Amino acid sequence: MSHANLGLTPRDASPGVKGGRLGPTLYGKVFCDLTAPLDQKEAEVEASRCYYCYDAPCIRSCPSEIDIPSFIRKIGSGNVKGAAVDILDANILGGSCARVCPVETLCQEACVRDKADGKPVEIAKLQRYATDAYLETFEKTKEQHFTREKSNGKKVAVIGAGPAGLSAAHNLARMGFDVTIFEAKAKAGGLNEYGIAPYKVADNFAAREVAFILSIGGIKIEYGKALGKDLSLDGLRKDFDAVFLGVGLGANNALGVPGETLDGVQDATKKIEEIRQTKDLSKVAVGRDVLVVGGGNTAVDIAVQMKRLGAEFVTLVYRRGEEQMGATWHEREIAANNGVLLKTWAMPKEIRGEKAVREMEFEYTELSGSKLVGTGKTFTLKADQVFKAIGQKLVAPTGLELDGSKIKVDANFATSLPGVYAGGDCVKEGEDLTVTSAQHGKLAARAIFAKLFPGKALPYFVPSPNPQDDGRSLAVPAPGGKI
Amino acid sequence: MADLSCTIAGVKSPNPFWLASAPPTDKKYNVERAFKAGWGGVVWKTLGEDPPVVNVSSRYGAIEVNGFKIAGLNNVELITDRPLEVNLREIAEVKKAWPDRAVIVSLMVPCEEESWKKILKKVEPTGADGIELNFGCPHGMSERGMGSAVGQVPEYVEMVTRWCKANTRMPVFVKLTPNISDVRMPARAAKRGGADAVSLINTINSIVTIDLDQMAPTPTVGGKGTHGGYCGPAVKPIALNMVAEIARDPETHGLPISGIGGISTWRDAAEFISLGSGSVQVCTAAMHYGFKIVQDLNDGLSNWMDEKGYKKLSDFMGRAIPNVKNWNELDLNFKTIANINQDQCVNCGLCYVACEDTSHQSIKKIAGLTRRDPIRYEVIEEECVGCNLCALVCPVNCITMVDQKRDLPYLPWTKHPNNPMAAR
Repeated sequence: MSHANLGLTPRDASPGVKGGRLGPTLYGKVFCDLTAPLDQKEAEVEASRCYYCYDAPCIRSCPSEIDIPSFIRKIGSGNVKGAAVDILDANILGGSCARVCPVETLCQEACVRDKADGKPVEIAKLQRYATDAYLETFEKTKEQHFTREKSNGKKVAVIGAGPAGLSAAHNLARMGFDVTIFEAKAKAGGLNEYGIAPYKVADNFAAREVAFILSIGGIKIEYGKALGKDLSLDGLRKDFDAVFLGVGLGANNALGVPGETLDGVQDATKKIEEIRQTKDLSKVAVGRDVLVVGGGNTAVDIAVQMKRLGAEFVTLVYRRGEEQMGATWHEREIAANNGVLLKTWAMPKEIRGEKAVREMEFEYTELSGSKLVGTGKTFTLKADQVFKAIGQKLVAPTGLELDGSKIKVDANFATSLPGVYAGGDCVKEGEDLTVTSAQHGKLAARAIFAKLFPGKALPYFVPSPNPQDDGRSLAVPAPGGKI
Repeated sequence: MADLSCTIAGVKSPNPFWLASAPPTDKKYNVERAFKAGWGGVVWKTLGEDPPVVNVSSRYGAIEVNGFKIAGLNNVELITDRPLEVNLREIAEVKKAWPDRAVIVSLMVPCEEESWKKILKKVEPTGADGIELNFGCPHGMSERGMGSAVGQVPEYVEMVTRWCKANTRMPVFVKLTPNISDVRMPARAAKRGGADAVSLINTINSIVTIDLDQMAPTPTVGGKGTHGGYCGPAVKPIALNMVAEIARDPETHGLPISGIGGISTWRDAAEFISLGSGSVQVCTAAMHYGFKIVQDLNDGLSNWMDEKGYKKLSDFMGRAIPNVKNWNELDLNFKTIANINQDQCVNCGLCYVACEDTSHQSIKKIAGLTRRDPIRYEVIEEECVGCNLCALVCPVNCITMVDQKRDLPYLPWTKHPNNPMAAR
C-alpha cells in the first residue's frame, strides 16, 4: 500500500475528538516509511547519474559539507562502506539527515543535473542507502570506523541530546574528551525522536542512530536533567572544562487570539510528541474537523499525521501565500497527496466554543506594501481540534548574552560566557535544521579542542573535498571575486 | 529514400548490414529470424571438420561502464559445435528461401590443402554466396594450429587463401585477426593469395575481468578461466584504425573490406563505410538487444544519407580515406581554442578540474558572492592549446572548439624549423 493512499481511507467520520477512527489493522501501516529505500541496483543506477562535479554545488549547499560526489562515486563502485564513512565523518547524523533534510532546497536544488536535465540526482536516497547499510552492519557486528582517542583528561558537559548535542558529544568523545550529556527528557535524539513526523524516521530510526553515535564510548548520558531546573551554568562551568549548549527551542509561540485555552487547542509539537511516543496509535485523539495554523514543516507534519490517523477534514491555514510558506514544495506536495486542504492569506481572529473548541474565525489578509494587513473580511471554519504551528522560541538560559531571540555566539560557537559554547536551533547562525545542528556540534567540538589544546592538531584525519587545492575547500569569494 | 543495396566482391545484399559469424548465425532458426527482422546478410558461424568441437559452459564476460551493461564483450566459445551435415543442410535451405540475402559461410579447418578442398566441395552445393576464412579466432582453435595461429603468419594467410581460390567458384573473404602488430601484412598476404575481400576485425585477445572472489578470469569455468575474444562498442576505435590502414595502404587500397568491430548504430556503420567498407558486420549489438536493431541501422543510415544528399552507398564509401594521414602530415599552424557557452553551462567544474589537474591550466574559476552562488568557468585563451579535453568531459556539451583563422601557411612537422630532419 502506498504511503499516500492510506491517509485517504478514514473509517470513522463522526464528529468529536476520539481515537480509533481507523480500522485496527491500519495502525501498523499508517506511518510506514514515506520513501521506499533504494535497492542495490537502483542505487547503482542513480549513482551513475552523478557527474562527479568539482567544487560541487551540492557540497556548497550542504550545511554540513558532506563530500557528496565522492560518496556517490563510492556507491557506484560498490564501496558502500567508504561512502558511509565519508558521510558520517562530515555529519554523524547523516542517516537522519538523509531522511529529514529539505534536500529540495539544499543539495538537490543545487545539483547540476537539475539544470542539465530537470531531475537532480537523488542525493538523499543515496545517502540513506549508504548509511542504512552501514548502520545495519554495525548492528550486526558492532564494528565501526569511529574510534575514541584515549582520554585526554578533560571533561565537557553537553546540554541536550538533540542533533547538535549528539554531534558535539560524538566529535568530542572521538577527540578523547570525557563527555556527559544532560538531557531533560527521557530519551535522546531531540526532534528526531520527539518532533519529526514518524513516517520520515520509520522503524525506530532515531533511537537506532543514537545507539550508534553513543557506541563510540566516552559519553555518559543523564536523563531528566534540565538546565535552569536541575543544573546551572555556573555549576557546570565549575565541574567541567567546557560546556556545550544544544538546548534547541523549548517554547511555542502563541496565537494571541481569544479562545486559545479552550480544550482541543494545542501546540503542534506537543501532539507530534504524543504520536511519536504512544504505544497505541488508536488511542490518539483525532478530531473530525482539524485546523492547523502555520506554514512551516511542523504545520505540514501535524496536518498529515492527523489526516492519516483518520481526521475527515484537515485544513492548514497560513497567513501569507504558498510561496512564502516555510514548508518546501516537497512538503506541500506530501500534504496535498494526503488530502490536506490549504487555505492561504488568512490569519486567526478568534477560537470559539463552550469548553472545547467548536469553530475558528479567520480574517483574510493582503499585502499593503510589504506589510501584511487584515482586510476586515472574515470566514469561520468548523473545528474540533486546532493545532498551533507558528514557530518555536528559545527559553533563554540565564547569564548569556542574546542576539535577538537566540543565544549569541561568535564564529567558533563560543557564547558570552568563557568556556560555554552553543549550537543548533538555539543560536542564530543557519536555518533550524538537523543538518545545521550537526554541523554546529562538529565545529563547536573542534573549537573546544583548539581552545583546550592550543596549537595541537586534531588527533584524526579530516578529509577535505578538494585535496588538490591544499585542502582549501569549497570556493568562497576572495577579494576581487576570483579564486 | 537512399539506396542501401550493397555489392561487395560480387556478393549482393539489400543492405550492408550483415550478422557476423558468431552465435547469432549458428543455425537456421536464428538466421531466419534475422532475415525476417531485415538483416541484409549473414556470415554463418564457422564450420569445421567433424567430429564437431565441444564448447564449455560459461562462455561470455563483459565490461559494464557506469550502468551501460556491455561496453565490451568477451567470449571463449569455439566454432560451431553442431555436425557439419546439419549446418550444410540448413545453409542450403536458408539460401533457397532467402535468395536476395547474402549468405557467406565461415570456415576453419586444419592448415592442409586437402582439408580445405574437402570442405569447399561440401559448401559449394549449398548455394552460399561466398566463404569467409576464419583466421582470427584467438582462443581454443589457435592452440590447434587454426584461427589466429594462421592469421598471425602472413605466409600462411596467403597460402590458404590461394588454396581456396583454386578450389571454389565462391568469392573468398579473408577474416583478419587484430592480434598482430601491423594489420597491413596479413591484408597484403591475403591480396597476394587472391582474396576477393578482407573482413576485419576479428576479436581481440583479452581477459575481460577477474572475479575477485574466485580469483579467476571471467567467464569462469569451474573456478578457472582463459583468455577470450574481445568485441563490442569498446573495440570500435581499434577496428576503425585497422580498416583505415588497409584502405590507405597503396598495396591493398581498393581491396573490398567488410568492416567489423563494435558497430551498434547506423552512425558506426557510416564511419566504417566512409573508410571504405563495402559491407559491415554486427554481432555484439544484436546479442545485447536482439535482431530488431537492424530497423534503426537501416532507416537511420538511409535518413542520414538523404540529409547529406548521398543516393547510394558508393556516394560516400571511402570518402574519409584521403583525410587519414600520418601525424607528420598534420598542419602545425592549425589552432583551435575552447569556448564555453555560459548560458548552457551547468557549473559542474569538470572542465576546470580536467584542465587544472591534467592539462594546461587554461580555465579559470570565478566565484560568486556567496558560497552557494554558482562558480563561473572561463577559458584563458592565451593558455589553451586546443586539446579538446574540456569539451570531451563536459556533460552538457556546452564547450565548442573554435578554429582560429590565423592566415598562416600549411606547416607540417616535415617542414617545421624545430625538426632537425626537416627538408629545407
